[in-house]
Parts: sequence; structure tokens; C-alpha cells
Amino acid sequence: MDFNDNTKEAEFRTKVRKFLDENAQRRGEVIKTPTTAGAPESVSGEKAANDALMKAKEWQKKKAEAGLAAIIWPKEFGGYGGSPIEQVIYQQEEHNYFVHSGYFEIGIGMLGPTMMVWGKDEDKKKYLPKMLTGEEIWCQLFSEPAAGSDLAGIKMKAEKDGSDWILNGQKVWTSGAHLSDYGMIVARSDPNAVKHKGLTYFFLDMKTPGIEVKPIKQISGTAHFNEVFFNDVRIPDSQRLGEEGEGWKVALTTLMNERLAVGDPPGLDFDQIFDLTKEVEIEDGPAIKNSEVRQKIADWYVQSRGLQYTKYRSITALSKGQTPGPELSISKLVTASKMQDVSSYALDLLDMHGYVIDDKNPAMNNLFQNGLFFSTALRIAGGTDEVLRNIIAERVLGLPQDERMDKKVPFKDLPTGRG
Amino acid sequence: MNFDFSDDQKLLRDQARKFLTDKCDRTVVRSVLEDSQKNHSDDLWKEISTMGWTGTAIPEEYGGLGLGMLELCVIAEELGRSLAPTPFSSSIYLFAEFIKLYGTEDQKKKYLPEIASGEAIGSFALSEGNGTPKPHNLNSTFSDGKLNGEKAPVNDGEVSDFIIVAANTDANKNNKSLSLFIVDAKQDGVTSESLETIDPTRPSSRIILKNAEAELLGNSGDGWEIIQKIFERAAVLFAFEQVGGAQVALDEAKKYSLERYAFGKQIGAFQALKHKMADMYVKIELAKSNAYYGAWALSSDSNELPVAAAGARVSAIDAYHFASKENIQIHGGVGFTWEYDCHLFYRRAKQLALNIGSVRQWKENLISNLEKRNIM
Repeated sequence: MDFNDNTKEAEFRTKVRKFLDENAQRRGEVIKTPTTAGAPESVSGEKAANDALMKAKEWQKKKAEAGLAAIIWPKEFGGYGGSPIEQVIYQQEEHNYFVHSGYFEIGIGMLGPTMMVWGKDEDKKKYLPKMLTGEEIWCQLFSEPAAGSDLAGIKMKAEKDGSDWILNGQKVWTSGAHLSDYGMIVARSDPNAVKHKGLTYFFLDMKTPGIEVKPIKQISGTAHFNEVFFNDVRIPDSQRLGEEGEGWKVALTTLMNERLAVGDPPGLDFDQIFDLTKEVEIEDGPAIKNSEVRQKIADWYVQSRGLQYTKYRSITALSKGQTPGPELSISKLVTASKMQDVSSYALDLLDMHGYVIDDKNPAMNNLFQNGLFFSTALRIAGGTDEVLRNIIAERVLGLPQDERMDKKVPFKDLPTGRG
Repeated sequence: MNFDFSDDQKLLRDQARKFLTDKCDRTVVRSVLEDSQKNHSDDLWKEISTMGWTGTAIPEEYGGLGLGMLELCVIAEELGRSLAPTPFSSSIYLFAEFIKLYGTEDQKKKYLPEIASGEAIGSFALSEGNGTPKPHNLNSTFSDGKLNGEKAPVNDGEVSDFIIVAANTDANKNNKSLSLFIVDAKQDGVTSESLETIDPTRPSSRIILKNAEAELLGNSGDGWEIIQKIFERAAVLFAFEQVGGAQVALDEAKKYSLERYAFGKQIGAFQALKHKMADMYVKIELAKSNAYYGAWALSSDSNELPVAAAGARVSAIDAYHFASKENIQIHGGVGFTWEYDCHLFYRRAKQLALNIGSVRQWKENLISNLEKRNIM
């Protein structure tokens, strides 16, 4: 057991640090702004959003030129060809600098790897390099109004017309669709087949006629997600990934990569509330001197570090050639509720002034007020708390699946209620 | 970075698990629970000693195997899984570590070989009554070469050959007046009264010292500081015991939920129970990862140890408490019977949560060590 870098890892860390020092500004010891500062969810206003996107693209390009844009991608597609541990080292180091990111993770982390497995060589050559450099942004068109936790329940119609497909229907909760150049989509090509069998997977240009993107204004007032409407959208069969009716299998490739791609969510964690307790005065002096406060934040410390070390255990397993399993599901389950609890408790410490967002001198740049809202989305997006508990219970612990009504019946005959 | 045990250490784990499955089934645990005259399983203790486990982390020159603390962590997890009713923790995590780290060369030569071979058992006596023990509220004293006072509870006090006792050497009691003493428990000045506790599989007693002969361990006045250091090390080892026990509590809850039917199906198919078991799993994984970090800090003498040990203990206490109480809940009515084993874990979880200081103390330790780290 060795927590320190080995020689190769230490060399890589030095290299990354040198690159970051030369190209980005280092943060202070305690991060007081969201780690995704400049990401879509943290800016409002069109001009600010455009500026943030331009800066993120510039940063991504710099990383690509240094060969550091996608650590675990193979070299032939412009990646670093590195190990999962090197990926973690890169993330750890970048975390200490002010950089604009938050636009390319879905492409590089999930959709690129899907294309590597299922795409044709010419498509890989055409699309992957620009995905990597950030010139082109990709989105994942999976969820629908009536298919969230039950993802395979999607209704988006895909009908064959000669060598083309015609798409009709609606997607929702699509991160970054309003900024995306391309997307990957799962659609129902055969409603007579059972639910998981009648699906087909495609990639498409978001400028294809018939696609309409409408941002969803969230509880926070900003828009990260979108509704995407498809009205007779015609795409060639050459943009299909995997066989007809095998779309679920391809989607699983994307979803498996999601577990690895979803890194550490925006920084609102023990370190931030620990710092706040030193700054803010409560009834009997600085909050950090209060014994109840100390007891309370200790719980968040062990959750936070417990998750970090669980990740290191998974990466060690990965580097020994074992596949990381659904045990990674615990990460978001714990993180999202922790963020909500930490935010709420931090506002209690700020007391009567805790509900003020707009102020000349906000505590921690309004991190906790934002966290109060952002955590509500985090507990749902990418698998709700309840779905994650089911995944742990069924796939990790091997407990029985719920009785399913939808396994043997043609999709068109399933009851749908109001949806 | 390599955040896992080595292949050799995993082999040791497999061997230990097999051995304990064979030698320490629940009838062994219950033999100590149900016989008030029995304060540990002597047969199991002898077997464990013969295997050399007692000498795992004791250097070869003092009769041990000279392996490291990681190997001891591996064994601790297995002892925790099997609920082993032996004085292993008192003798090895505490007594042996005190001597190993703070004993003089003569003391090491005198005590460690017998402890390593299991022929002698050692323990540690700090608490004197309800509330958090601190130098100013301890009434045991050492003067004119004699120890006087009463210590309770002393885990494994009754079976001990030697006890390390914390006592004040100055009437003006403070953190610098506390010292540690090694006491031969078989002398006339030492008597032991067994105490009824929430976990009879890990017996404790009141130790009464009347002009007992004692020899100083470590520098005079360093007692409090030494205790903190040894407790930090022990916290990591106990965390592995706790994680091991919590894991088996979850396994048994799961097994029962698959055997028991209600409303026409296995109760383990109900989401209310599945989600409960998922939560048990989450807490255990977090505790295990925190314990791994503690194991690394312990085995590498890292200056992270104070924080890593406190984190491991807080997390392990939470996981074992949760897993053991929800194991009873999932079992329903039979869960709180004497006949079913659920209570064995519930008892042990709380005993381990208190033995080297409650979770309140360790959360406080954690935060104050984080404050120190921040200043440096």
C-alpha cells in the first residue's frame, strides 16, 4: 500500500504542474469559488456565457496542444494514452488552478469512447480530433419527458425511409444542447419489440433541419439543461452506431463511461465549510470554536475523504486490469446529499443574512446559496438517489430486482399513465 | 499510488479467514457470552498464538514475526468479522505497542517475547468512572514507588498478566503530571472484580491497586501524550475490526432477507429493505476506505496519522453502529432474540465504539488536528 506517487507518476505530475504553471493562474489554498467557475451553470447573461465558452475553448485547445486534453484516450486520437491514475493526477493538479471547463466532459468522457467502440474508422478520424480540441461540442440526447430513471422507456420515433431515418419526438435534460455542434441519440425503431430490443443509436449534427433547442430555466435561475424537439429530422443510416434494434447495448457503453467521466462535482465540500467556520461569528464567537459545529463538520470530513479514498481504491483496481463496477455509484449518492446538507448548514451559520445572495461582500462568493439549489439537481441528474440505491442493492449486493411489468410485453402495449 | 493490500497480505487474509471460520464459529463466541465464569476463549487464544498472529508486528529480536502494521490490519479485520472472543486487541494493539514504542531496551526484552508468543496477556487501564478521562479527573496516584487507585473498566483486566496503568505523580493534576506504569497483575496489591458490560464476549473488570509495585514506562509526565499516540495507532486497527464486523452484519442481513418470505416474495425484494442495505453498504465502503488511508499512514509513519486515524475511527464507528442496528431491523422479531446472532454484532459495535474513547472525542480530535495541520 503506497499513497505516494511512484517514479513514473511523479514525473507525470511534475510535467502537468509545469504545464499548468505556464498556462493558468494558481488558486489560493482553499478554493472559495466553484471549481467549475465559468461552466455553463455558473454564468448568466448571454455575453458572459459567450465569453466563458470562448475561454473554455481556448483552454481546451491549449491542453490539446500539450497532449493533455484527454489523458486516457489513445494517442491515435490525440489523447495522452495514459493510465487512470494519471487521469486522477491531472484532475488533482488542474483543480488547483483557475481554468474554464465544463463543456467537453460529456464528449470526451462518454461519447468519444462510445464512438471508439461502435463507430466506423472514417467517422473516428473525422469527429474525434475536433471533439478533443474543443472545436466541436457534443451532447447526449437520452432522457425524455416520460423516460428518466426508466431510460429504456424512450418514445422518440425513428422510422426508416430508404437509406435515411426520420426522427420525431422530444428529448429533455440535455446538458449543453444549446451550445452543441453534434449529439448522440437513442430512439425507438421498433415499437412492436419489447422495451429494450426496439432501440437504435445514432449520432447527428445539431444543425440538421427540424431540431429545436429550448433551454430550461432551473431553480437557480440559470440554464444548463435543455428540451430538444425533433420534427421530421432526416439523418442518413451511415450515422447509426451499432445494429438496428441494438441501441440499448450501445447506450450501455455510454453509460458505463459516465461512471468514470463524472468527476468530482463542483467544489462545495468539507474544505469550504471548514473555512467558513473560521470566518463567521455565531452566538458564542467564531463558529469553529463551537463544539456542536465541530461535531457536525467532522461527519462531512469522513464522508468527503471516504469517497476520495474509495475512488483511489477503484483506480488501483482499474490499473490492475480489473473493471470498476457499480460500486462507483456511491460517489454521487453521497456527494449530492452532502452538498445539500453542507449548504443548508452553512447558511444557518450565516444566520439571518444567510438568505442574501446579492451583496457587496458575499461569504465564499455565494457558494453555499448556489449549492442549496445546485444540489437539488445533482441528487436527480445522472441517476436519482433512489435509482442509485437500487443499482447498489441489485448489482453490488445481488438483491432481487423489482418485479417488472415491462420485460415481456411489446413496448406499444405498456401502460404509460398520463405520459 | 497503489491503494490496496499486496498479494501476500491478501493471502494472509484468506488464510486468516479460513482459520477463523474453522476455529471461531458462533458456538465459540457464545461460549464466552453465556458462561459468566469464562472471560475469553483460551483454546482460540492458544491457536491464534500458535499461528504467530500475536507476534505479527513485534520485531524478530523480541520474539515476533517482524511483519508490519499492514499485516496486523489484515488480521484485525478478520478478528472483527469472526467476533473473536480473545484479548488480542488489549494485548497487541495496546500493551505491545506501548512497550514497543516507549519501553526501555530492558522492558522490551522482558515483556515483548512473552506477549509475542501469547504466553502472557497485557492490557491498559485509563478510565476510572463515567465521563471522559482526563489527567485532572483521574484519582490514581503514584508516590514512593507505589500505585494506588481504582480503574474501571479495564478491558481484559481479569486475564491480564501485566497492566499498563495511567496515574498522576503530582498532586497538582494536569497534562504534565500523568505518567504510565507497568504493573504485574499477579501481585498482592492488585485485585480484580469482573464487571457486567453490554458485551460479555469482551469482558472487563475493575482493577483495584493498593500499594502496588510498578515500574515507569516512558518519561515521567509524558503519559497523556503517549496515550494519544498509542490510541491513534490502535484506532486504525480497531477500525479494521469494526469494518470487518459491519460487513458480516450486512452479509447476514442480506442472507436473511433472501430466505424470509412475506406478501408472497423474498423480503429482500422490497425497496424499503434494498435501500436500507444499500445505505449499509455505502457507510461500510466509506469506512473501509478511511481505514485503508489510516493503514497507509500507520504503516508509513506519516505525519498524516493523527488525522487519518481519527477519520478512520469516526467512519468505522458510524458504519458498525448503522450496520448492526439495521441488521436487527431487517431480521424483524427474531432480530432481538437471544437465539439469533444479531445482538452479538450490536453489542460489539458499541463496545468498540467506546473502548478507546467515544465518537465525540474522536470527532473533536479530528477537527483539532485539522486545525493544527492548517496552521503549519
